[in-house]
Amino acid sequence: MTKLVPKEYEQLMQELQALDFVLVELTLYLDTHPDDEQALAEFGQFARRRAAVAHQFESRFGPLLEFGRGPAPARWTWCEGPWPWQV
Amino acid sequence: MWIYEKKLQYPVRVSKCDPRMAKFLIEQYGGADGELAAALRYLNQRYSIPDKVIGLLTDIGTEEFAHLEMIATMVYKLTKDATPEQLRDAGLGEHFADHSWALHYHNAAGHPFTVTYIQAKGDPIADLYEDIAAEEKARATYQWLIDMTDDPDLQDGLKFLREREVVHSLRFREAVEILKQYNEEKKIF
Repeated sequence: MTKLVPKEYEQLMQELQALDFVLVELTLYLDTHPDDEQALAEFGQFARRRAAVAHQFESRFGPLLEFGRGPAPARWTWCEGPWPWQV
Repeated sequence: MWIYEKKLQYPVRVSKCDPRMAKFLIEQYGGADGELAAALRYLNQRYSIPDKVIGLLTDIGTEEFAHLEMIATMVYKLTKDATPEQLRDAGLGEHFADHSWALHYHNAAGHPFTVTYIQAKGDPIADLYEDIAAEEKARATYQWLIDMTDDPDLQDGLKFLREREVVHSLRFREAVEILKQYNEEKKIF
């Protein structure tokens, strides 16, 4: 089932995916270059920006993670869609 | 342990219903050089590889599951609106008889996934060379898939996955160098 999502969902998701791309790249790079201080500093910068965008997304569209990894929910919406393949 | 994140690693869009391409794409779902084989291969090697490269195997193995979800999303979107007749005409009649619209872990020719696609030698260099070869083979498969579709949206997702294979291959090559250096250092008393 394909679900229509607001424009803001797509915008914030895309921003998150772009930031996560940088973080995945830096993670794998740091796994083989753990002493690169510039990469480590960039990782910290992007991790902070990522946290801010994730918070913005979650406050509008519900949690990205569960098992208690995000803010305590007032209502259980984790099991509600849309799931990633439905948008 | 692993925690699921409710997002795709990269946006997956398709511009048309195309069960024929879905039949080919399933190669990267349950085929020998596909994403499932990759994830299982790397995560399983972690227990016998030197500590210096466990982090890399963990993180690349984890990323492979994100790629598996992208391939599944492509197949789902390419087939969800197809009728049984359209699926049969696309060469998916045998698949439909057993699985209907469900995905299943098999390759493009319909052979079910088998763990014999992967190896575990416990020799760090042998294992990492297998990993480099697997990434290069997956990169080649993504190129063949890109060449077989004229859907620019599908090509975009496939190009992302092709580039990830290149990066993984590079990181595994660095891991080989790290281990070679580590082995040389150990011989100096």
